[in-house]
Amino acid sequence: MEYFVIIIGAIFVNNIVLNQFLGLCPFIGVSSKVETAIGMAGAVTFVMTIATIITYILQNYILIPFGISFMQTITFILVIASLVQLVEIILKKVSPPLYQALGIFLPLMTTNCAILGVAILAVQNDYNLIESVVFGLSSAIGFGLALILFAGLREHLDLVNVPPAMKGVPAAFVAAGLLALAFMGFAGLV
Amino acid sequence: MNQWKNFSKGFIKDNPVFVLFLGLCPVLGVTTSAYNGLGMGLATTFVLVMSNLVVSIIKNLIPSKVRIPTFIVIIASFVTMVEMLTEAFVPDLYEQLGLFIPLIVVNCLVLGRSEAFASKNDIFSSVIDGLGMGLGFAFALTVLGGVREVLGSGSLTLLPDIAEFSIYQGDGMLVFVLAPGAFIALGYLIMLANKLKKKMY
Repeated sequence: MEYFVIIIGAIFVNNIVLNQFLGLCPFIGVSSKVETAIGMAGAVTFVMTIATIITYILQNYILIPFGISFMQTITFILVIASLVQLVEIILKKVSPPLYQALGIFLPLMTTNCAILGVAILAVQNDYNLIESVVFGLSSAIGFGLALILFAGLREHLDLVNVPPAMKGVPAAFVAAGLLALAFMGFAGLV
Repeated sequence: MNQWKNFSKGFIKDNPVFVLFLGLCPVLGVTTSAYNGLGMGLATTFVLVMSNLVVSIIKNLIPSKVRIPTFIVIIASFVTMVEMLTEAFVPDLYEQLGLFIPLIVVNCLVLGRSEAFASKNDIFSSVIDGLGMGLGFAFALTVLGGVREVLGSGSLTLLPDIAEFSIYQGDGMLVFVLAPGAFIALGYLIMLANKLKKKMY
């Protein structure tokens, strides 16, 4: 039951993009086509889940026992940066088609604040290992859901006649606001 | 003159938020009041100036293959400093900003200036660039925070207890303090910046 609460909470109620404002750069940057949005969502799901596991282990078995939890930010970002590199190398060897599909989105992952944010949030919420994994995975699904929905909206937005100063990003932001408004309907679900 | 141009470009012409769309997560996440926006903006300015300074000092020592990880470590050290300083001196602001202070590390604005400016220019111009960009960022956050606060709760807080103004009585539009209002307010502010930029340049 508590896993169910974490899953629904992370995907709908506290959606990582629309409610917590994490990972906005890719949300605005790669959401102009549904296809690229799906690629990005896949890459984020992959890296975010693994990053949450590894940072959990580091936090609880190295940083806390040695009393150096002030090193959290530096450690986590280095872990994520090297993890992204590692995932890139492994994918290239093991599954070239998946590597082709995720390709350009992998390097972008290092500066995606959603990944670092979810790792830190999992620590702050005092989750155990399994809860952290569930939280990481469902946050990533929430990110993917918002990104793909928004890409669908933006494909339509391109065809609409908006005032010239609103064209492009400003109109996209207003649309994102309306999407966030829709997601507010989920508040109180858990 | 040249340095002045270098400094002032961050306000309208190359404003990191309204024109370049860099570092958007804290922009929307912390701007529930003008004070929070200002605090976050100044924290980012500090990290930006210091990392630009250090990167431009050691730019010739960094092998170009590992420059991004090096920049990230430099930035992360200053972010940890800011985290400790805000926790010690302005604990209420630290509570409000929460997660977004460690997230300065992955603010694309900071890494972007290290990569695009500080690693190619001399020390003095790098510091000026960091200061200009940082203050431009702080300016944008304060404006957005102010707009959301005035519309959402009818007050304007620049410094708690010292510069707090009540704009109108009664309930504001609560939606502007919540998540959707952030997106919508920023959308319209970017539109205004577009118009201003067209008039001025």
